[in-house]
Amino acid sequence: MKALNIIESAYRGTIEEQDDTIVWLTHAMKGAGADLAVLLRGNAVNYAALGQDAAGLAFGGWRQTQPPRLADDITALVAKGVAVYVLSEDLAERGLGPGDILNGVERVGRDSLPQLLAGYDQVWHW
Amino acid sequence: MAKYLLIETRDPFEASDVGFCHDLARRLAAEGNQVILYLVQNGVLLARPGARAPALAELVQAGVEVLADDFSLRERGISAGRLQAGIKSSPLDVVIDEMAEGCKVIWH
Amino acid sequence: MAEKKTLTFALMDPPYESARTTTALRLIDIAVRRGYAVNVFAYEGAVLLPFARQQPHPNAVHGRNVEEEHHLLTKDVVAALAAEATQNGGKLDWVNCGLCVDERGAGEAIEGVRRGSPADLWKMAETSDATLVIGTR
Repeated sequence: MKALNIIESAYRGTIEEQDDTIVWLTHAMKGAGADLAVLLRGNAVNYAALGQDAAGLAFGGWRQTQPPRLADDITALVAKGVAVYVLSEDLAERGLGPGDILNGVERVGRDSLPQLLAGYDQVWHW
Repeated sequence: MAKYLLIETRDPFEASDVGFCHDLARRLAAEGNQVILYLVQNGVLLARPGARAPALAELVQAGVEVLADDFSLRERGISAGRLQAGIKSSPLDVVIDEMAEGCKVIWH
Repeated sequence: MAEKKTLTFALMDPPYESARTTTALRLIDIAVRRGYAVNVFAYEGAVLLPFARQQPHPNAVHGRNVEEEHHLLTKDVVAALAAEATQNGGKLDWVNCGLCVDERGAGEAIEGVRRGSPADLWKMAETSDATLVIGTR
């Protein structure tokens, strides 16, 4: 079984969770032997942006020592053999050019979505 | 070719991303797939006659079957017998029917 | 009797916050009434759906006491769905993601709910006729 995780929701609870919970879930399922790929769309295309930095938050005397490092987590998925696609129109709408995003993620256009979805048994939109 | 059930829970008055779901439905249908767009929750707000819903009319023309959850309609005072052209009221059971047949179901 | 199917649902929303929860519970209800085998992987806030410590309350705005208000508690709904499943020859296997339970202090779930991990979602999906993921916003 092959599944495509489409991630749209972005920066939702990522500080409290210290992760994007769907990127994290993908890592965990991959570790359990799942055959998965990821499509970043909507605001989640920003997870492929260079220069993200969520470090340094403090609440009273409590300081966050493990901020989310979403770009690193995306890069790590690619390193594990998880294909990470990112919707090119959504990148463009957000002012992200080819030089602004991580290496290793594959840009796909909306016109290729039917073909992309056809390659997976399951399509899960988070 | 495959069968897809796209469940649209959002409406364009609150969430512009509804356009993604409509666009995906159109593209899948254009590739010869069988596509059902199932409106539920606030997604049914587009089904009321007079609501601004040109995208839905285009989908119906493109051969997408557009259904609206009967409970969501009633909950919002939208008469099931009087919907935008081409949209039919349907019980939520259709989602389970399609899942049972192994249809690819995508929730938006 | 309809052919027995196996369906999996992945949920994320906590109770009382979204119409998505209502629709999800309605879908599970339809499936258990048909005697299907239903798997639920509760992720993030959804681990609170079967939280055993939910309590009903009165509604002074409407002048209703606790009994009259008969407040919907999602833990009671989950229990009712499980009972319906059993009655119809099916099953409801509800798995709460363990780390999500820990960070929310939601360890006390009703009977029948088990603790699991993302590996369970994958296993459930692999053995199901279909899997529906209901993400949160």
